[in-house]
Amino acid sequence: MTSIRIIPCLDIRDGRVVKGTQFVNIRDAGDPIELAKYYNDQGADELVFLDITASHERRETVAELASRVAEQIFIPFTVGGGISEADQIREILLAGADKVSLNTAAVNNPALIEESSRRYGAQCIVCAIDAKQTGDSWEVYLHGGRTATGLDAVEWAQEAVRLGAGEILLTSMDQDGARDGYDLALTRAISTSVGVPVIASGGAGTAQHLVDAVEKGKADAVLLAGILHDGVSTVHGLKEEMAAAGVPVRL
Amino acid sequence: MIAILDYGMGNLRSVEKALEHLGVDCRIQDDLKGADKLIIPGVGAFPAAMERLAPLSDEIRRFASDGGPLLGICLGQQLLFESSCEVEETAGLGILAGSVKPLPKDGGLKVPHIGWSSLCVKQNDGLLAGIQDGEQVYFVHSFWTDCADPSDAASLTSHGVEFPSAVQRENVWGAQFHPEKSGDAGLKMLENFAKC
Repeated sequence: MTSIRIIPCLDIRDGRVVKGTQFVNIRDAGDPIELAKYYNDQGADELVFLDITASHERRETVAELASRVAEQIFIPFTVGGGISEADQIREILLAGADKVSLNTAAVNNPALIEESSRRYGAQCIVCAIDAKQTGDSWEVYLHGGRTATGLDAVEWAQEAVRLGAGEILLTSMDQDGARDGYDLALTRAISTSVGVPVIASGGAGTAQHLVDAVEKGKADAVLLAGILHDGVSTVHGLKEEMAAAGVPVRL
Repeated sequence: MIAILDYGMGNLRSVEKALEHLGVDCRIQDDLKGADKLIIPGVGAFPAAMERLAPLSDEIRRFASDGGPLLGICLGQQLLFESSCEVEETAGLGILAGSVKPLPKDGGLKVPHIGWSSLCVKQNDGLLAGIQDGEQVYFVHSFWTDCADPSDAASLTSHGVEFPSAVQRENVWGAQFHPEKSGDAGLKMLENFAKC
């Protein structure tokens, strides 16, 4: 039995943690390493560091951040944002990150998934998908929701896995920051159409939302940020509620 | 001094940083020079790993047969065995008897097996000394080691198949999971190795 993973997400901008409500109105929420240790102590199963402005502003890699994190944090962590080359991925993994998350570059250059998966293994290649509902389906967006791609999210997830992605980090652009629950239909649509773990993201407000993402959305892991950064909830508290609801977690 | 073997496969810094955090003398190096203990880490595919390890394989086998403490982590555990069918049938180091097999993809379980799963502890000395039965540790793998001698299993974990999540035969230890990424329990195991 694999536990459902609770993954705090630290959105990074200028070396600081931020969390935007639907990706605008960004506000400062702390030092990445301090916050990472804080969540580690709360029982986080994994951490994700995303440089949310990376693709747009062409920022440098976060290999240095990965190195600093790896000195103090002994749980798995993923780094993403602005990664466009296999050599960058190597640098980040060697710095101590367990996985890298690819988003824009994967859409623009799907061969990057294939090459990096072949070189470093599928287990460290996470394909991040930002999806927005259009009618009965979901469309893939890039650049923090600013650019539509015309790609169907389910089809893109399947293609990414075929190319070698070992995990899908699925963010609902509609729900992100809303705190009224994950997009369960989207999560289920992706999770039941790929054979790799799916991390649900966008919309966490309560423990029940996490339970729903797992039981109804079939998610393997849940990503959350705002409710943790604000101190509304703790990882441990959420896990206790999830365990009480019958979800297998690591306590 | 613990040598962390660099043979061009995967995440060495994490193991090194965990040992440094514990205050253990360790060094990443591409040979066994000066090593009292040896850690073979590794992520990636078995055939590529064996190809890179080939120039050192006799020395590693000798180190183990002379009683040198050896810990294989993840792919490093798999390399200790006789063979693997990953990509193509490939001979391993053959220090432990058995072979490496793919996790079953049927039954609705996802592969790779990524995440925290519990250990059913079979040997509570050595690597798993002080580790509670049921402790959860972090896994990332698609293959498992089928021990020819079931008593080599130090712990068992299930993911479509019940597999030896840790192995231990005298001075040769292995962890299919990542102790360096398994929080306090994992650090305790690395400490056990450092003190053995």
